[in-house]
Amino acid sequence: MKPAPFAYRRPDTLQQALADLAGEPDAKVLAGGQSLVPLLSMRLAAPALLVDINGLPGLAEIVVTDAGVRVGALARHADVLSSSEARRVQPLLAMALQHVAHATIRNRGTTVGSIVHADAAAEMPVVLTLLGGSVDVESTAGPRTIPAEELFLGPLESSLRPDEIALSAYFPALPEGAGVAFDEIARRHGDYALCGVAALVRLEGDRVVEARAGYVSVNELPTVLDLTADLAGVVDEASLAASAETAVAQLEPDGDIHATPEYRAQLVRVLTSRVLRAAYEDACERNAR
Amino acid sequence: MTTKLMGTAVQRVEDQRFLRGEGRYVDDIAVDGRTLHAAVLRSPHAHARIIDIDVDEVLDLDGVHAVWTYDDLTGPMAEPLPLLIPHPALTHGRTQYALARDEVNYVGEAIAFVVADDRYVAEDAVGLIKVSYEFLKPVVGIDNARAAQHLVHEDVPGNIGARLEQNVGDAPTAIAAAPHRLELDLTVERSACMPMEGRGTVARWDADINRLQVWTSTQTSTGVRAAVAVKLGLDLGQVDVITPDVGGGFGVKIVHPWPEELLVPLAARALGRTVKFTEDRREHFISSAHERGQVHHVEVGFDDDGRLCGLDVEFWHDHGAYSPYGLIVPIITSTQLLGPYKPNNYRVVFESLYTNTVMVTPYRGAGRPQGCYTMERTMDAIAAYLGKDRAEVRAVNFIQPDEFPFDQGLIFQDGRELEYDSGDYPASLEKIKALVGWDEFPAYQAEMAAVGRKVGIGLACYVEGTGVGPYEGAHVHIETSGKVKVATGLTTQGQGHATVFAQLVADELGCRFEDIEVVTGDTRRMPYAVGTFASRAAVMSGSAIHLAAKRAKEKVLRIAADALEADESDLEIIAGVVSVKGSPGSSIDLGTVAVLSNPLRYAFDEASQAATQFSVGDPGKAPVPEDEEPGLEGKDFYSPERATFASGMHAVIVETDPLTAEITILKYAVVHDCGHLINPMIVEGQIHGGVAQGIGGALYERMAYDESGQLLNASFMDFLMPYVTEVPDGIDIDHLETPSPLNPLGIKGAGEAGVIPSAAVFASAIEDAEGFPITAMPISPSELFALRQQRAEEKS
Ligand SMILES: Cc1cc2nc3c(=O)[nH]c(=O)nc-3n(C[C@H](O)[C@H](O)[C@H](O)COP(=O)(O)OP(=O)(O)OC[C@H]3O[C@@H](n4cnc5c(N)ncnc54)[C@H](O)[C@@H]3O)c2cc1C
Repeated sequence: MKPAPFAYRRPDTLQQALADLAGEPDAKVLAGGQSLVPLLSMRLAAPALLVDINGLPGLAEIVVTDAGVRVGALARHADVLSSSEARRVQPLLAMALQHVAHATIRNRGTTVGSIVHADAAAEMPVVLTLLGGSVDVESTAGPRTIPAEELFLGPLESSLRPDEIALSAYFPALPEGAGVAFDEIARRHGDYALCGVAALVRLEGDRVVEARAGYVSVNELPTVLDLTADLAGVVDEASLAASAETAVAQLEPDGDIHATPEYRAQLVRVLTSRVLRAAYEDACERNAR
Repeated sequence: MTTKLMGTAVQRVEDQRFLRGEGRYVDDIAVDGRTLHAAVLRSPHAHARIIDIDVDEVLDLDGVHAVWTYDDLTGPMAEPLPLLIPHPALTHGRTQYALARDEVNYVGEAIAFVVADDRYVAEDAVGLIKVSYEFLKPVVGIDNARAAQHLVHEDVPGNIGARLEQNVGDAPTAIAAAPHRLELDLTVERSACMPMEGRGTVARWDADINRLQVWTSTQTSTGVRAAVAVKLGLDLGQVDVITPDVGGGFGVKIVHPWPEELLVPLAARALGRTVKFTEDRREHFISSAHERGQVHHVEVGFDDDGRLCGLDVEFWHDHGAYSPYGLIVPIITSTQLLGPYKPNNYRVVFESLYTNTVMVTPYRGAGRPQGCYTMERTMDAIAAYLGKDRAEVRAVNFIQPDEFPFDQGLIFQDGRELEYDSGDYPASLEKIKALVGWDEFPAYQAEMAAVGRKVGIGLACYVEGTGVGPYEGAHVHIETSGKVKVATGLTTQGQGHATVFAQLVADELGCRFEDIEVVTGDTRRMPYAVGTFASRAAVMSGSAIHLAAKRAKEKVLRIAADALEADESDLEIIAGVVSVKGSPGSSIDLGTVAVLSNPLRYAFDEASQAATQFSVGDPGKAPVPEDEEPGLEGKDFYSPERATFASGMHAVIVETDPLTAEITILKYAVVHDCGHLINPMIVEGQIHGGVAQGIGGALYERMAYDESGQLLNASFMDFLMPYVTEVPDGIDIDHLETPSPLNPLGIKGAGEAGVIPSAAVFASAIEDAEGFPITAMPISPSELFALRQQRAEEKS
């Protein structure tokens, strides 16, 4: 389990990093290495060049405004998880990050890396999609912003070009009147989920006016469903059950060696109603404050 | 008198080193940059004929020193690897070649061996080897092996390597005449040992003295030594095998020689350089060994109390592609299945079947988990059928304390009678019931049910034959410094041998615990040994060390009596000082006794002056008396008539989620009887580790082979070993100490016990929670959910 030969550069300016990427079509960005290094070691990836971005200045920042949270490319999962400011503005970040791997991996792995790695079993791509966030990227051709819904193309495939570096991810703040929740079921603590659900429920007065749920590990892409119509304004056993059935019907979950499609459908069912209820309760609590 | 260390929880002397990262494993040997590194080309196909191997490109690669394929092997190296444990019933034993000759029989089988400057280049080189194959139909799983539409080995009809039947009384007739009868089909899936340190070997050939030194991560250094000598055409005296720290074995490292254990020394000799092979995790999954996969069919007849009239068990053992370790696993299942019970009439027959998968050799428990599961599922089925308490049904079948020694009438894995030496099963049952709260559980279960929660309790009993022969030996050497060097030949994989063996020596010899140093698994120090397996180290080497220390002590007393002009029987040794009882002024320390034991012509220091020719000795007598040897040493061997039988009972309370079918452990209790405890803390550590491993085997692990023989989960991402978070943080343990009459210390083995009843006890508890039979283990939430759905469909 040793990687195939590769060249390695650790530039200390963004310009140099972008130039390095532009100069080698078969290059890969190295951030926390928690996904890339195992792939290299198993020789499932064999890029000609690694451009290590850990020496770039200013990318570790987490900038929080009332509008949202901007997470720099070198901010580790652990940094985001422990930021009380980020938690205040967008509580879903910390709720989901607790479920990302184990402490040692969160100390190295980056949240932006996790998003652009585009693994449908990862929590943060779903969180970004559910919240309608975006990723800022740059190449020698210039910067651009990719909205979450245009970011994920397939399993481990994002719309980033190979010569682009993701500089930050942006998570909009919790809207007025909204609540969020996250839960997942994994075989072991800290494992990738068999099924995970993130939800956002927004109230106007007592009425639910928006209810959306995002699904981890259910299909090949991070999927978000709008379940507002199924809740029909209220959260009760019947409306939750209806939402859960809609989710199962729309998602048609996949099977693998850990879960049959039927079992995964059951988890979608159980977690949809559990997490929608929790998000609703979160919204009620926030509105009561 | 000094306090005895036997029976006390002495802190492990190993842990300082291990916890500080100062352990030295094979991969830590020869890290000098001049060492060459090996990598192996392994078959990507489960069953294929090799048409051609093209290594041309490899030899052009910078940094490659050599590549071997089968065609490069000569003499004994070109013969199949040894069939370690032949058995008359193993009519079709098959072993692989060090490098595949013309056929590969599992994904992972070694085809070519590359040696290069480092492992990176070696792996690059492996990627350049081109092999052309002719594909053969793979046989995967017991059903396909039995159907035998395709054969693993052309010359093994029906894929049947062995068939063995044993009978006690006439089970079929007894069952036919019994008041009640039941039939059960019970399956257990594959898992594997998964030590944190995989296999690894370093070899160095010293051309100046024609001598080979091998460091290998093994459970038997003497076994590897003999194999290397035979295969490389060397005299035993030319080969040293040294086992440094080993990061776990659990059975897989008792298999020897692994192809790499021969190829590394071969390459070291051929290239005149130190060569190292360190297995990686994927290799461990696909080219070491697995265990546990068996399918059982039970027919049982019993009376109104649930007492067995006859038991008839037929089972099929998945042997994988080869059978180097003989029939040990299925023999153990077939005999140890009986546990603490009297079957009255018993028939057992098994077939050992070849499949195109990684071979199967003993894994901690070695066939007992399957046997225990089969027997205990049967007990639960009888109880359910009669509407009786599961503990009661077990109790009526127990061998009673006054019936020992109890001969089960079978032949055990060591070729000897299955005769239990001692035990007290009714006492164990009382203890486990109290520990887990057996009698109170139905009320708790009802209480939980009332609030929509499902809980269940399970119970499983086992008996484990431990400390099998043939022998172990020990050498105790008291140095002139007073330090005591102890050597035994079997190896250590982290069990704490250096602690418990030192406890035994300190007790017997009267030296200070801190002055003792224990060496295991080094053929330079103890060339006669068998190995570490079958929960035998404490029983075998412990007894041998005790006997060797006793001999050393006898010699100490002879010399000291002479020096102190006292009677031997008046002497005592405390904290390394021999003194005359009652007159502490008259004393001599062990170091000085060691000086006196070795009459010298030359002095090197002040201490040795005391032993030179003008200082000591009666000029009228020979300096070394007849029947004595110079030096202060004791050496002895222990070779028991038969195994000693430990026993125990586990109970578990689980909760199953009514919606998600997740299984949570609420309480785990163990009652354990391994005779006298040398170090209760270490025994409890063995139980904790065993229970953790058992939880893995029961609820998480499996080898997910697809129908083409590819292992789909050959990494720690998808092969789910439990983390510490999956193991309950409290395991309630109670000990019972029924001494063994077979060895001087009254001890029994404890290494495997913790893992034996896991599948049985979890199946029992989940069945109790769910109310329908659990007949296949391990079980995942996804599978439990499927069973619920199937059940619901059957009902509607
Ligand atoms: C045992 C284990 C368990 C894990 N469990 C989980 C889990 O439960 N949930 C989960 O979500 N994740 C899990 N992970 C993955 C972890 O979250 C990773 O940290 C994350 O997926 C990738 O972040 P990274 O910084 O390590 O990226 P790297 O491994 O460095 O890179 C990953 C990929 O993204 C690209 N990339 C990274 N950063 C950039 C950038 N700024 N611009 C352009 N491309 C970039 C790389 O080129 C590479 O292709 C686990 C990892 C391990 C080892």
